[in-house]
Amino acid sequence: MKKLLVLGALAAMLASGTALADTSGKKIAFSNNYAGNSWRQAMLDSYGIVTKKAVDDKVVGAADVFTTADKEVPTQAAQVQNLILQGYDAIVINAASPDALNGAIKQACDAGITVVSFDGTVTEPCAYRVVVDFKDMGKQEVEQMAKFQPKGGNLLEIRGLAGTSIDDAIHAGILEGVAAHPEFKIVGSVTGDWDQTTAQKAVATILPSLPDVVGIVDQGGDGYGAAQAFAAAGKPRPTIIMGNRQDELKWWKEQKEKDGYKTWSASIAPGVSTLAFWVAQQVLDGRKDIPHDLLVPYLAFTQDDFEAALPNIKEGGVATHEYTQEDAIAAIKANIKQ
Amino acid sequence: MTAITPGTLPKSSPRGSAARARMLRGLLPALSLALVLIAIAWLNPRAISYFGFNLMLNLAIPIALATIAQMYVIAGNELDLSIGTFVGFVGCVTATWLRDAPLIGILVLIGSIGVYALLGALIHLRNLPSIVVTLGMSFVWQGLAILVLPKPGGKAPDWLLSIMSFKPPYIPFPILAALLIAAVVHFGLMRTSYGVILRGSGGNAAALRRAGWSLLRTKVVLFALTGLFGVLSGMALIGITTSADANIGNGYTLLSIAGVILGGGEFVGGRVSPIGAVLGALTLALAASPLLTFMHIPPDWQVAANGAILIIVLAARVLISRRER
Repeated sequence: MKKLLVLGALAAMLASGTALADTSGKKIAFSNNYAGNSWRQAMLDSYGIVTKKAVDDKVVGAADVFTTADKEVPTQAAQVQNLILQGYDAIVINAASPDALNGAIKQACDAGITVVSFDGTVTEPCAYRVVVDFKDMGKQEVEQMAKFQPKGGNLLEIRGLAGTSIDDAIHAGILEGVAAHPEFKIVGSVTGDWDQTTAQKAVATILPSLPDVVGIVDQGGDGYGAAQAFAAAGKPRPTIIMGNRQDELKWWKEQKEKDGYKTWSASIAPGVSTLAFWVAQQVLDGRKDIPHDLLVPYLAFTQDDFEAALPNIKEGGVATHEYTQEDAIAAIKANIKQ
Repeated sequence: MTAITPGTLPKSSPRGSAARARMLRGLLPALSLALVLIAIAWLNPRAISYFGFNLMLNLAIPIALATIAQMYVIAGNELDLSIGTFVGFVGCVTATWLRDAPLIGILVLIGSIGVYALLGALIHLRNLPSIVVTLGMSFVWQGLAILVLPKPGGKAPDWLLSIMSFKPPYIPFPILAALLIAAVVHFGLMRTSYGVILRGSGGNAAALRRAGWSLLRTKVVLFALTGLFGVLSGMALIGITTSADANIGNGYTLLSIAGVILGGGEFVGGRVSPIGAVLGALTLALAASPLLTFMHIPPDWQVAANGAILIIVLAARVLISRRER
């Protein structure tokens, strides 16, 4: 038995000689502050699938998930501190606050732990941030709109949860896009909170005061609600940019079958949690050249490929994508080049 | 804490058993804390160290201070449902004004204690239910916090950061702080004559009034003390997190009430225990987070398990107090 162990250790040492370092003994924890909506559920599902395989393949030693009972910052700060005590080598985190966790994150870094944040990122410089390029997504919405509505016209903007960095970034991108396409004009703006019901109410309220609208630029989770509001008011259906939600893509499919309705869909994939996981693994692997701010692409569907993705999305869910180690290495490479 | 040694009384008498139960109640907070610590030591021996206690307990300091704050109003038969958002408001002021313009920051914080004192007066003079008044105030504090700090951020003053990261030799800072808080409040409320009057305002208000004490003043003092400890709690919290968020203290309202009850306090009758309240806060802080993290519960069950631990800890307290009757 002992001999086997020694042999195993030798083999492990030899194997690690070829790679940079061996991560098969490393433990990665996932600190999550909320699990109560479809996006977060999809995020946890994707994370579970990818990390289970990584543990089975002995890429990492353990990948445990910890969700706090409330959305409170102090609870998550305490959780991070406990993960430090547990002896994890890396913490992947979806943080409750961009700033207020910095104290705990710094303690983790000081204890030699790699911290990779995504979605709800943290500002502490020692942590890594996996950020989706929301600004480009907003800009791309207008670019796509220009293809469907070459003559231009009036646009309605639906914004997300006020005060969040994501809402700011998408909005800035949309403004940039409109500046590059002067044929479009934003004639109204409502807050939809990324929620179909809220968006439907908000759009229904502003509709009577709007001139004719050719398109809606939004942030995802609000496109179907907007479509419902237009239908209820008996107004002509505009080009609504979608956000990868199942109900949105289903509605798009119905409209396409009816009269060849064209639009575009984009959102952050919940599976970005798995990308953060692989980035953490790469850091543990000994890579020193990884930038602390990693910009990763968003997940988009076009007229041609959205129907293929639709059956894979759960009822009421959102389209996701599980990233592989190769995806992570490619994303890191793309960021180093910039 | 006020228990008489049972040995001095005949064992068979009903008074003797009541005294035993009272002592048991006094010991219960310490016992439950010991139990949770043993469980943590068993699950993760590494946590029982200077470094470990520092990490596990430093977020318990603001909870202990908020619990003491809540204890003062409970001593006067009232409840404060705004303490959580008040701590958040103090946090936002601490991370912005107290750093950039210390004078304004100090004035705002003193002013907020004054608001608490006025609330006490209002509740007493108009005979309003404190639950309604403080529930309303919780939205006021939350709104003010968002006004002060619309987006998460800010930074704690450097002196506060260095206090909260102070590393004394041998004894971890959180334990030292907990001992200090418990000792100061215990002396003030349990060992001074005005402390007796304060508790008496919850225990037997009619007797106090007849003896010529101003109940308005006791209520104002109790609420002002709540404000004072709320301020301390918010500052301690920001000293640890280094940066603020308008929602940072929201969970403290219920935690502080649970801490007082777990520490041997009663909702009515002026029966509270400062030492018990501090121990109760430490127990809650440990049971909710470190214990849960170390147990390796599947993620789907973690949220429910957190609630279950709290119920078990509080149920033990209720079982023992029932034996008293």
